[in-house]
Amino acid sequence: MIPELGHFALVLALVLALVQAVVPLVGASRNRLALMAVGRPAAQGQFFFVVVAYVCLTIAFVQSDFSLQLAATNSHSATPLIYKITGVWGNHEGSLLLWAMSLALWTVAVTVFSRHLPEAFVARVLGVLGWVSVGFISFLLVTSNPFERLLPAVAEGRDLNPLLQDPGMIIHPPLLYMGYVGFSVAFAFAIAALLTGRLDAAWARWSRPWTTVAWVFLTAGIAVGSGWAYYELGWGGWWFWDPVENASFIPWLVGTALMHSLAVTEKRGAFRSWTVLLAIGAFSLALLGTFLVRSGVITSVHAFATDPKRGLYILALLVIVIGVSLVLYAWRAPRLTGGGSFGLVSRETSLLANNVLLAVAAASVLLGTLYPLFLDALNMGKISVGPPYFEAVFVPLMTPVVVLMMVGPFLRWKTDGVSPVLRRLAPTLGAALVIGTGTAFAVDHVTWRTVLGLVLAAWVVLASLQLLGNRLRDRSGAARLSARLRAIPSAWWGMWLGHLGIGVFIIGVTLVGSLDATLDVRMKEGQRAELAGYSFVFRGVQDADGPNYDAARATIGLYRGERQLTTLTPEKRLYRAQGMPMTEASIDIGPLRDVYVSLGEQLEDGSWIVSLYYKPFISWIWLGCLLMALGGIFAAADRRYRRTAEHRSTAAVAAAGRAA
Amino acid sequence: MKPRSKRLMLVGGGVALLVAAIALVLSAFQQNLVFFHTPTEVAEGKAPLGKTFRVGGMVEDGSIRRAGDGLTVSFAITDTAKVIPVSYKGTLPDLFKEGKGAVVQGRLEADGVFHATEVLAKHDENYMPPEAAHAVEQASKAAETLSQ
Repeated sequence: MIPELGHFALVLALVLALVQAVVPLVGASRNRLALMAVGRPAAQGQFFFVVVAYVCLTIAFVQSDFSLQLAATNSHSATPLIYKITGVWGNHEGSLLLWAMSLALWTVAVTVFSRHLPEAFVARVLGVLGWVSVGFISFLLVTSNPFERLLPAVAEGRDLNPLLQDPGMIIHPPLLYMGYVGFSVAFAFAIAALLTGRLDAAWARWSRPWTTVAWVFLTAGIAVGSGWAYYELGWGGWWFWDPVENASFIPWLVGTALMHSLAVTEKRGAFRSWTVLLAIGAFSLALLGTFLVRSGVITSVHAFATDPKRGLYILALLVIVIGVSLVLYAWRAPRLTGGGSFGLVSRETSLLANNVLLAVAAASVLLGTLYPLFLDALNMGKISVGPPYFEAVFVPLMTPVVVLMMVGPFLRWKTDGVSPVLRRLAPTLGAALVIGTGTAFAVDHVTWRTVLGLVLAAWVVLASLQLLGNRLRDRSGAARLSARLRAIPSAWWGMWLGHLGIGVFIIGVTLVGSLDATLDVRMKEGQRAELAGYSFVFRGVQDADGPNYDAARATIGLYRGERQLTTLTPEKRLYRAQGMPMTEASIDIGPLRDVYVSLGEQLEDGSWIVSLYYKPFISWIWLGCLLMALGGIFAAADRRYRRTAEHRSTAAVAAAGRAA
Repeated sequence: MKPRSKRLMLVGGGVALLVAAIALVLSAFQQNLVFFHTPTEVAEGKAPLGKTFRVGGMVEDGSIRRAGDGLTVSFAITDTAKVIPVSYKGTLPDLFKEGKGAVVQGRLEADGVFHATEVLAKHDENYMPPEAAHAVEQASKAAETLSQ
């Protein structure tokens, strides 16, 4: 009964999405307020019914209703409750329902936080979002109905893939989806602006907080996914350039470019057509990511579907979205001439150069991800493009990006001179060269990559400090430091933190790349192994069975000299329902290094293969991402974006006061 | 500088940057492609010696042996037609098993043994690495043509 209710709710949601897609757009074009006003309630109703459908599906999973096809293939009565709940998105149908729910949630957020925008503009935005909803909900209903029954029902389910039974599963997919889908709002704003032909500073100001929040979710989602892969896959890597990771990284790169380009459009009126193109691009690439991950064209833990009909449907959706937007763009873009002019040396130029580089970086990842698929589809042989390609491309492309990122904030808008800029930057640049090279010698790893990474990281940190110092000196009117700090707008802190985060990230990537150490050893009870100044004492293996798996758990003492630091307990698990083995690593996490241990196979003589890893500064990678995400939150929380709303409400209060 | 020439320089600089970046990407791409060969192709000498490539197929039953150090593993990859001996040092993926699909990346050395630096198995019980499936499929097609 409950699954049928969910199915029915989803059909109702589709109907409301259609209303939301058609009525407000008609209203906006005919200038009829009554029709435009339908947008908000229709979107809220759509959200309500999608949530009902989602809750129904979750109830079926929690109750282990194995007459539901999806629960039977992705859940088990002995699965812990939290993985019954998260198992809902651990499969193709459920994850698409989560996609549709995030979209509905973003749409409702637009209906709530858009009171200060012109009605006709909001109507167009909701209309565009409505069409995206129609696309996805109909995709669900037509090709991937999550409420399909299994008759006759089975007694026991096949359980969720053990790789997914992990805390990472609880937060990674929702964060990533909120990021992916969030770009649909930036896209809808861009299309609405193209429809009206008004691509001005106001449009850029309205889009900016939405784009930034979506970017924050995407950043956090990617970082959590990377951390999850690090401890779950059992060999200590944090990024694999796997097609699925690339699918989320490409929209991130384009989204980063979009955020910065929007800033220029708002402040200086420049780059307008480029900004629109990026907004269309970011959303199209998020859709492409969904297509790649969900269509089964690539095999990985993330690819659930193998039904070609589904892939074709998303591909068609993608073609429609890109096609319609580009036609609209081609029609309107010629009008977008003008905008603020700027000199060769100016903040605009540095932002433009970075935009171009980020776009090329995104294109290079896209090439490496799609080319093997193309060749395969055309039956021209099988190839793979691995980490060496991406590393060869990323170091030279990202080095100028990081340099420009720190130069940009020191440049003035419109025009600046070369020599004053050099004078401003020379001291920190010199100091960074000395510190970076010195550190490389100190850790005894002098390769050009290590030196480059450390110099860049040192410069990002030093230049950030200099920037903060300048900012405080500029405002020396206020006497007290605390007052001067408080006078700095939140958006500025956002920029500062985000850029500093890149510096911290580079430190982590460089040091773990240069100094990590690995050892595979064969160990028996009482045996000792040494790695990077640490000793590991193997104390034996016991049984440690969980609710739905059997496990062998090793106990390994971690020593520095004669002092015991901790005990590590890596496991080898066998999940009963699928008979699938899993390695569960054990990690001693520290601010300056992780020590990572995973348990391999047992050999005939009773000894075990143990993999030991020393990972210096690896947590700085995620600390950097956290700072970037935090920067985004600060940037989106700037008072400027709420000013119009506040302005209007104070005006309303004043008017009410006069009336009384 | 006149605004016109300034604009030209800006556009020219942008185009130069773009061209340099694209050239970099394409050359890196060319140098780092890893080709895939089936065991039959390797046996026929179509795969390059001393260059990194991938081989996929099934891990032959009864072929997994561990060397004295317990860490070096040797096994054989087959597409049911030909068999390629592989040697690998390191930990194997959880789902690496005899009779199941696997893909190995590494170099074919003069001794005729494929020295793998990476071993990939499937992510869960239901899937076979597409390259491995492809190799077996090719071999069975070839067998059909031969028998006709």
